[in-house]
Amino acid sequence: MVENQKYYDSDDESSNVTADEEETSLENSQSVNTSELSGDLDDLLDEIDQVLESNAEEFVKSYVQKGGQ
Amino acid sequence: MAIEKICGIETEYSIIHKGVADPNPILASSMLITSYVQETGPHFDNGIADSVVWDFQDESPANDARGFTPIGSLPPVVETHLVNAVLTNGARFYVDHAHPELSTPECPNALEVSRYDRSGELILREAMKSVKSLLPDDQEIVVYKDNSDGKGNSYGCHENYLMDRSTPFGDIIRHGIAHFITRQIFTGSGKIGSEVPGSDPDSIAYQITQRADFFEEEVGLETTLKRPIINTRDEPHSDAERYRRLHVICGDANMSEAATFLKVGSTCFILAMVEDGFIGEDFIFDHPVQAMKEISYDLTLSQPIQRTNGESITALEVQEYFCERAKEYSERGGLEYVGGEVGLKVLNKWEEILVGLKEDPSSLHSQIDWIAKKRLLDVFCDRHKLSYFDARARSLAVQYHDIRNDSSIFNKLGMVTINDAKSVSEGVTKPPVGTRAYFRGACLQKWPEQIVSANWDSVVFSLDETTIKRVPVLDPLKGTYADVADLIDQCNTPHELIHALDI
Repeated sequence: MVENQKYYDSDDESSNVTADEEETSLENSQSVNTSELSGDLDDLLDEIDQVLESNAEEFVKSYVQKGGQ
Repeated sequence: MAIEKICGIETEYSIIHKGVADPNPILASSMLITSYVQETGPHFDNGIADSVVWDFQDESPANDARGFTPIGSLPPVVETHLVNAVLTNGARFYVDHAHPELSTPECPNALEVSRYDRSGELILREAMKSVKSLLPDDQEIVVYKDNSDGKGNSYGCHENYLMDRSTPFGDIIRHGIAHFITRQIFTGSGKIGSEVPGSDPDSIAYQITQRADFFEEEVGLETTLKRPIINTRDEPHSDAERYRRLHVICGDANMSEAATFLKVGSTCFILAMVEDGFIGEDFIFDHPVQAMKEISYDLTLSQPIQRTNGESITALEVQEYFCERAKEYSERGGLEYVGGEVGLKVLNKWEEILVGLKEDPSSLHSQIDWIAKKRLLDVFCDRHKLSYFDARARSLAVQYHDIRNDSSIFNKLGMVTINDAKSVSEGVTKPPVGTRAYFRGACLQKWPEQIVSANWDSVVFSLDETTIKRVPVLDPLKGTYADVADLIDQCNTPHELIHALDI
């Protein structure tokens, strides 16, 4: 089928992404729209600050879940 | 040939016991479920039929779909000594290993699964309230609907799909792997860091799924070690001559209803198309286990995965192909196997999500968990000048999965809902009408005192002091509201019911 041709096209690009490339893509995606979102979500962030675990360090450290499937 | 895709979800919740020095998760899970059962019975307000226990007859999780079990396999064991409750909505609420687990009733389509998954959250929420009232003021038992503790421990959200026994298992393996590793782009719940054994936990800032790091095999029987993409547990809980229950262990638990709906809905389509030989293209990858991780790590959704035919393709492109085939399949009569109208909704959602992922993933922040969580982390870290690896960011990432009313962050995000609140609430006590779960639930509601035990494929009645009768319900498609509602209504006692059923 012609419409599916793009799926079968050979792609010469390597599928291996190096650590550096990965870091770059993460940084890029992380910075997208952050300032714009901050404006929209200010009220939400205020609320989150209220319900966030008061001792995050201890909470995260003690969050251990053994014996799962 | 395709059969109706009866389906369901089993969710293992994480559990913490705050305020105790040496918490025991098995004890905490038992307390959580027992307090729920004891507080609400026998009035069934929350779907408990008092004194009815789970029946372990017919449990055989060590049976292997391949017809043999390789030497060295570690098949799961049945834990008959831990708390097990059957609810009037047809669900099972129990302690599994060291976690509370809730299995939805068998559902006739993906929409019903997404509803009962939410009803399950209400049950867990109520259980947390029940147990809190029994604990000292400085203690609390809390569950989270996630799949990883960030320290290398994972727990599952398993899916189950009814399949035609005559479908070659090799076809399920071939197409199943292609779907399960590529659907991650919309099923992922998002995770900070890497948990691949031996890897640097900080080598990945954020990845799409919680589960990908924990998969080591393509095919196998295990669920707690050496987890496989395709699980071969052959325990149909139905007529084994006709049916297979495909047990899918590689998905994330979703907070987003839309994600649960699409996860199950797209998989129903794939499996029905496999049964009908309709998929067409084989997507066989050089290294599926590694590809599963690479897809999870690729937030740009652009990394091609190498195929055995020398070509490569991205996860998004594979899903686009599957969605197109599903559309053609529905036009050729396939909808009847995937919930009819619900199947059309699945197709619309599938296309909408894939277009969003292709054009602007951030536009899906109210539907896809990994995108919603990342957006939250981004603005939070931006405000407080933190990295993802800071304890406060990690705490927020866990708390995204908090289902308590008073502390839920998720509920403040304006996520898209698919089921209305009333129907979700009804799902706590009422069974789905389109499967055998209706028979189980309706009997539990009407005759709780005279039911000794129940399980997926039978209900055991106590007719008098000396007579016990097992009613088998081996066909998941039978025992629906249409089949038995009038009959149950007309019978005053289980004795009359059994007489009428001629058992």
